[in-house]
Amino acid sequence: MKEIVIQPVSRIEGGAKITIQLDDSGNVADTQVNVLELRGFERFCIGRPVEEMPRITTRICGVCPWSHHLASAKACDAVFGVTPPPAGRKLRELCNSIAYMEEHILHFYFLGGGDFVMGPDAAYEVRNVFGIAQKLPDVARNVVKVRHMCAHMLEIIAGKSIHPAAAVPGGFSKPMTEAERQKLIPMGKEALELAKFSIDYAKKNIFPAYIDAVKTVGVIKTGFLGTVRSDGAMDLYDGKLRMMDPDGKYEDFEAKDYLDYITEHVEPWSFVKFPYNKKWGGFSMDPDNPKGIYRVNTLARMNVADKISTPLAQAELEEFRANFGRPAQATLLFHWARLIEILYNAEKTLELLNDPEITSPNTRVAATPRAARGVGCTEAPRGTLIHDYTTDEKGLVTAANLIVATCQNNAPINMSVKQAAKLLIKDGKYDQGILNTVEMTIRAYDPCLSCASHDLNGQLACKVDIVGADGQLIETLTNQ
Amino acid sequence: MVRVAEEWFAVCGGCEVSILDIGEPLLDLLPSLEFVHMPVLMDHKLFGQTGEKKHMEIPEADVGIVTGSIRNQENKELAEEMRRKCKIIISLGSCANFGGIPALGNMYNNGDIFDIAYRKTASTEAGDNPSQGLPALTDRVYSVNEVIKVDVSIPGCPPTPEWIAGALTALLQGKSFSLPERSVCDDCPTVREKKAKVAIRRPLQAPEFTPGRYDNMRCMNEQGILCLGPATRTGCGGSEKTPRCIKAYMPCRGCFGPIRAGANPMVDMMGALSSVGLDPKQIEDRMATFNRFIGAGRLRPMPTR
Repeated sequence: MKEIVIQPVSRIEGGAKITIQLDDSGNVADTQVNVLELRGFERFCIGRPVEEMPRITTRICGVCPWSHHLASAKACDAVFGVTPPPAGRKLRELCNSIAYMEEHILHFYFLGGGDFVMGPDAAYEVRNVFGIAQKLPDVARNVVKVRHMCAHMLEIIAGKSIHPAAAVPGGFSKPMTEAERQKLIPMGKEALELAKFSIDYAKKNIFPAYIDAVKTVGVIKTGFLGTVRSDGAMDLYDGKLRMMDPDGKYEDFEAKDYLDYITEHVEPWSFVKFPYNKKWGGFSMDPDNPKGIYRVNTLARMNVADKISTPLAQAELEEFRANFGRPAQATLLFHWARLIEILYNAEKTLELLNDPEITSPNTRVAATPRAARGVGCTEAPRGTLIHDYTTDEKGLVTAANLIVATCQNNAPINMSVKQAAKLLIKDGKYDQGILNTVEMTIRAYDPCLSCASHDLNGQLACKVDIVGADGQLIETLTNQ
Repeated sequence: MVRVAEEWFAVCGGCEVSILDIGEPLLDLLPSLEFVHMPVLMDHKLFGQTGEKKHMEIPEADVGIVTGSIRNQENKELAEEMRRKCKIIISLGSCANFGGIPALGNMYNNGDIFDIAYRKTASTEAGDNPSQGLPALTDRVYSVNEVIKVDVSIPGCPPTPEWIAGALTALLQGKSFSLPERSVCDDCPTVREKKAKVAIRRPLQAPEFTPGRYDNMRCMNEQGILCLGPATRTGCGGSEKTPRCIKAYMPCRGCFGPIRAGANPMVDMMGALSSVGLDPKQIEDRMATFNRFIGAGRLRPMPTR
C-alpha cells in the first residue's frame, strides 16, 4: 500500500491536498480531496446586527465577494421585509455581471489556462500565467488589462471592488450618475470584445486539442442545480432554483424552500461538508453508483437553463448543446460553459448600462429591525449560493446557515478525482504530468475552498480525557 | 532579480486579487521579480512535484509575502518555513496583521463553534468533528506577527494595490517602506462641524448626500451613522484619497486597523463619538464592532450566560 499526497492543490482558491492510495499492484484503491482550511462564519455571525452581514460575509471570499455580498443583502431584504427599488436592483445585477466577467477571466486565463496553453505536462515552472505571458504576450497583456478594467468598473459603481459595501438591505447605497454611465459604456464594450475573442480563440486553438481528454478525464454522471427565470432562461442574480436529475428531468422550487431538497453530510476526512439532494435516496460518492449527487457552477447552469436571454450567448449555448447534449456530463466542459457566461455577462452589462432607469437616484428603501427569517440566494460564479439568517426583535442574528457553491461540488470533485486517478495511474506508474491532469479535474470546477471552508472555526484535532477510577476527570491531553 | 515566495493561511483570497489589481504597473514590475512559490498561481508543491519529500519545503527567496491569519498547526509550520527561507517577510492584509474577520471567532469557544458547524445548522446531518488527515487547529486565531517576526506590515481588507506596488518597488530599490500614521478622517472629504445633528442610529436608511459628490456630505458620525474612520488608519483610497466605503456613501468599518501600532481603537472611538455629543453605549454589539478586523490580540471568548 502506497500513498501519494499532492499538496497544495494549486491554481485554485484556498488550501487542499489530494490523497491517493495505491494497492499492492500499484493501482488506485481510493482517493480523497482533503480540505484543510476552516474559519467559522456560521458561529461568529450570531450576535451581529443583520445589516452588517453583507459587509462581514464578503470575507468568506475575496475572489467572489460580490456573490456573498448580494446573497447576504437579499437575505437581509427578506429579514426586513423590504424590496429594493428598480434602480437598486439593477445596480446590484450590474455589479454581479461585471464581477462574473472579472472572475471568469481570472479563472480561465490565470488559474485554469496554464494547463491548456502550456499543456498539462509542461514543466511546473512555466505551467502558469507567467508562462502564458511569455508564450502569448499580446493576449496576456490584454487579459490583464480587461480584468483590471472590470475591477475598476466596480470601483466606479460601488466605490470598492473587493469586499464591497454598496448593497444594503433595501437596495444599493450609491446611485449611478450619468457621467459615470458614460464612462462605463466603452469599458463594457471592451469587455464584450474580449469575451468574443476568448470563446473564438478557445474553440479554434484550445478545445480541439483536448477533446479526447474532455470526453474521458474526470467524467461522472450527476444531477445539476441552477437558477432560472419564470420563462426558463438562465439567470445569475435571481429566480427559482431548478434541480435536474442525472437523466435530465427537473423540478423547480423557491430558494427559501431549500431545506426540503438539500442536506449536508459530514465525512471525517474533510472540514468541508457534502451537500446532497435528500429526495434521491441517500448519499454515495461511488462513481459507479452515486446517490444524491448534483453539481453547480457553469456547466450546471448550461444544463438546467432552457435558453439564455442574450443573443450571442444563446447562439453559443445552441452550439454547445448540439455538440454535447443536455445534460452534458463531461467535467472539463465547465471551462467551455465559463466562456459562454463571460459572453452573457458582457451582453448583460451593456444591456443594463443602456437602461435609462439605471441612473435613477431612488436606489434604496429604509428598513426597520424585526424578528424574522430571511433566505437570500444568487448564482455565484462557482454555483448556487444560499444565505439564510434568523434574527431576534432587535435585528441581531440568532442563526445563520450558508450553503456555498463549492460545498455543493465537494462530492462531485471527489468523484471526478477518483475517476481520473483510476483512469491515469496504472501499475504504480505516474509522473508530474499525470498528477497534474488529476488536479485539472479539480480546477475545472473553479473551486473556492475559502468559500467552502467558511463553516468551521475548528477545534482540537485530538483530545484525550484521563478519568480516574472514581469517574472524575484528572487531566485533558491535547495535541496543540 | 528578486526571488519572491507567496503563501496563504486562513484566507479569503482578496489579498491575492489585490496583488493582481496592481494592474499594468504589475506587468512593469514582473521582469524584476521571479516567483518561486505561490500556490494560487503556480504549481510548486510543498512535498515535491510527485509528493516524494517527507517535510514541507519552500525554495529560498528574497521576499516572502504571507496573507491570512494563523488558524491551524499547518498554517503555523508554513509561516515558520517561510521565515526560515525568506530574507524579508511582508505580512499582507488585515488577517495577517490583526486576525481580520476570521478573528471574530475568538469571541467563542472552539467546541461551541464546532457544534454549530457539524451538528446545529439547519441543513446539517449531525456528524463527528472531522479530524482524519487534517491539521490540528490552534486554540484561537493568531495574526502572523504573533507567530513569526515580520519585517514589513501592509494592512487592509483588502490592502491597497498602490501600497503593495510601493512596498515591492521600495524593496527592489533597497529603500524602506512606511505607512502613514493618520486616520481615515484625515483623508475624508466629508464636512465636519464637530457636533452630531442626530443621535446614533443603525445604518438602515440612507445618509443625506448629493449623488456624484462627497465634499458637501456631512460626516457620517455627525449624521448619526456609526463610522470607524476616527480610529482607523488611512490609505484605502489610494492616490485618490477619498475612502473607499465613503465613495459608496457607506461608513468605515475599520478594515485598515489601528492608526498606529499600540493604538486602541475602542478607546479612540469612544472619545471621538463622545466629543461630537454621541453616546457610544447606544451601539449594538460594541465589542465586535469596534474590533471588527483586529480580534487576534483583542477578542476573547465571552463568559457563558
